[in-house]
Amino acid sequence: MRFIHSGTRRRAAFAALATSAALVLSACGGGAASEGGGSEGGSGSDGEQTITFIPKQLNNPYTDVVLGGGEDGASEAGFAESEVVGPLDASASSQVSFINAETQRGTNVIVIAANDPDAVGPALEEARAAGSKIVAFDSDTNPDYRDLFVSQVNAKDVALVQLELISEQIGGEGEIAILSATANATNQNEWIKFMEEELASNPDYANIELVAKVYGDDDDTKSFQEAQGLLQAYPDLKGIISPTTVGIAATARYLSTSEYKGKVALTGLGLPNEMRPFVKDGTVSEFALWDPAQLGYVAAFAGKALADGDITGEPGDTFEAGELGEREVGEGGIVLVGPPTQFNAENIDDYDF
Amino acid sequence: MSLDSKSTAPAHPTPEHGRTSALGSLLKLRELPVVLALVVLVAVTAAINPLFLSEQGIKDLLLNATILMILAVGQTLVIITRNIDLSVGSILGLVAFSTGSLFVAAPNLPIVAVFVLGMLFGAVLGGLNGLLITIAKVPALVITLGTLYIFRGINNAWAGGTQYFAGDRPEAFGNLSVDTALGFPVITLIAVVVVAIVAVYMLGTRPGRDLYAIGSDPDAARLFGIPVTRRVLLAFVVNGLLAGLAGVLYASRFNSVGATTGSGLELDVVAAAVVGGVAIFGGSGTVVGAAIGALLLTTITSALTALRVDKFWQQAIVGILILAAVVIDRIASVRSARKLRIAEARNV
Repeated sequence: MRFIHSGTRRRAAFAALATSAALVLSACGGGAASEGGGSEGGSGSDGEQTITFIPKQLNNPYTDVVLGGGEDGASEAGFAESEVVGPLDASASSQVSFINAETQRGTNVIVIAANDPDAVGPALEEARAAGSKIVAFDSDTNPDYRDLFVSQVNAKDVALVQLELISEQIGGEGEIAILSATANATNQNEWIKFMEEELASNPDYANIELVAKVYGDDDDTKSFQEAQGLLQAYPDLKGIISPTTVGIAATARYLSTSEYKGKVALTGLGLPNEMRPFVKDGTVSEFALWDPAQLGYVAAFAGKALADGDITGEPGDTFEAGELGEREVGEGGIVLVGPPTQFNAENIDDYDF
Repeated sequence: MSLDSKSTAPAHPTPEHGRTSALGSLLKLRELPVVLALVVLVAVTAAINPLFLSEQGIKDLLLNATILMILAVGQTLVIITRNIDLSVGSILGLVAFSTGSLFVAAPNLPIVAVFVLGMLFGAVLGGLNGLLITIAKVPALVITLGTLYIFRGINNAWAGGTQYFAGDRPEAFGNLSVDTALGFPVITLIAVVVVAIVAVYMLGTRPGRDLYAIGSDPDAARLFGIPVTRRVLLAFVVNGLLAGLAGVLYASRFNSVGATTGSGLELDVVAAAVVGGVAIFGGSGTVVGAAIGALLLTTITSALTALRVDKFWQQAIVGILILAAVVIDRIASVRSARKLRIAEARNV
């Protein structure tokens, strides 16, 4: 029996991203990853290397996109074989048996999105002792247990890109509001904090006033009503930022069915598939999100560079990530994938997630 | 039927028994507070923020209430028979998701057919509840708590991570929630028609009156020759049917339908019925009252946001309303019981 909670999973994915973002910010722990494993693991020439992805959980739409990018990256980077294995439930210990199986098979690179930073530790240490290279992505393990962490984005970038978009869309002045997820969502609150700081300090935004922060609890209906309320309570509102995929879609749906369509700007973080009709009908001109596929893609190339012995995971190491160009290992063995992608009428059809 | 019991249920006076006027004033009393509350709320809010009653504002208010209204009407039928259906949120979710899937599988299906299929599906799920309750004779609270999870589990297993968005459905279907006729949104008119039909049925027909009798005293109703099992089953089927209708309308109005659509809705529905004067132990209350209760609850949310009141107060205010409704209900039933006793004494 499989009961898959998509809502929970989506939240879990966000939570994971929040965690990763938080880790990026506080990237001072870990230091150099252990070199104990040595590089004698990869046994042979390029053609024989294998890579295995272990996501937090299978069948998650977001994860599917990440893994799709990972498989592409793996074949471009030159792995002979790439595989995806993983649990159906995202519980702390569910990944351990999969890691053990990979160790026994002698897989060269294990790419993992940890459900729990410590629970997977002993299994990963065993894998490293047997010669595997460990790349964490999406959600980090404890830095002691992996060679590299490939992180999606940096929290500040996420905040700033949304401000840039709204400022552009309202012509640099006017009242704006934020429609967030829950009032205590860690990642959203962090982004909002960065936005507020930037609004206060950046002279470019001197004429923009943040008049309200409301919370739609990542619930379609509630977000919808909160959007209505915002427009009634603030007749001069020029724009709304919704840094959550549920909120931006619900707000877009409301705007597109109301007299405010085209008059009130909306931007934030959204899924292209969900936002496509609203971009096409002119309700939303541009929004942002990281491209999940790039995460898997870069992780595959990072794994390859590690397995070939080109890098060891030391800060300052660089490697080529296929068509995305060069990436550098930062403090704490963290590799940033890149700035959030912006979606508009021109490019939205190129994305399917 | 004896009226001397201290139960809160004010029995069920049959309309043809010359007590219609007593019943009429009782009805007024039951619905009056919630209507008054609604009027005051709207008036105060509009005075502070005129945008509240702008054309768009009114449209939003009505649209917000529509789905809850339909669910509250169905729930009222069930509550009146001294039962409850906690699975309506899950039924709505299943039907909403199947509506989304249906449009993806057969984009050219006539919209009417989708409505019919959705309502049938809901009726089947509601019937399942009804059968379990009437056959197994287990309290509805337990059965529907079980089916709440079963239906939601099926929805989860079926939908997985899949969600269908407004863009996947025909524009004409989504426009039902946008277009207006006579100044009313189309789906609100559907809800009003539903309320009217069920209200007439409950007031003017034999089976409708039977539902009140069953809720007042199930054993007496059985002795009286009322087909209790059939009537209760009917109430659950109609409730499922209406939850199905609400599910289709949900898919029309909102952007996404998926595994979690409608979760948690059941408590709002019960709250709407209780605030609208439906006694939780059955036997009294009207669908019109429940519909107004639904309108009041959704209007409070909008009003508090329009007045820029912190949204965290909303829940507390809804809670106070429920308590107020219960107190008023208690006072009303004590008064009506006394009145009926006097009337009874005179008749003899």
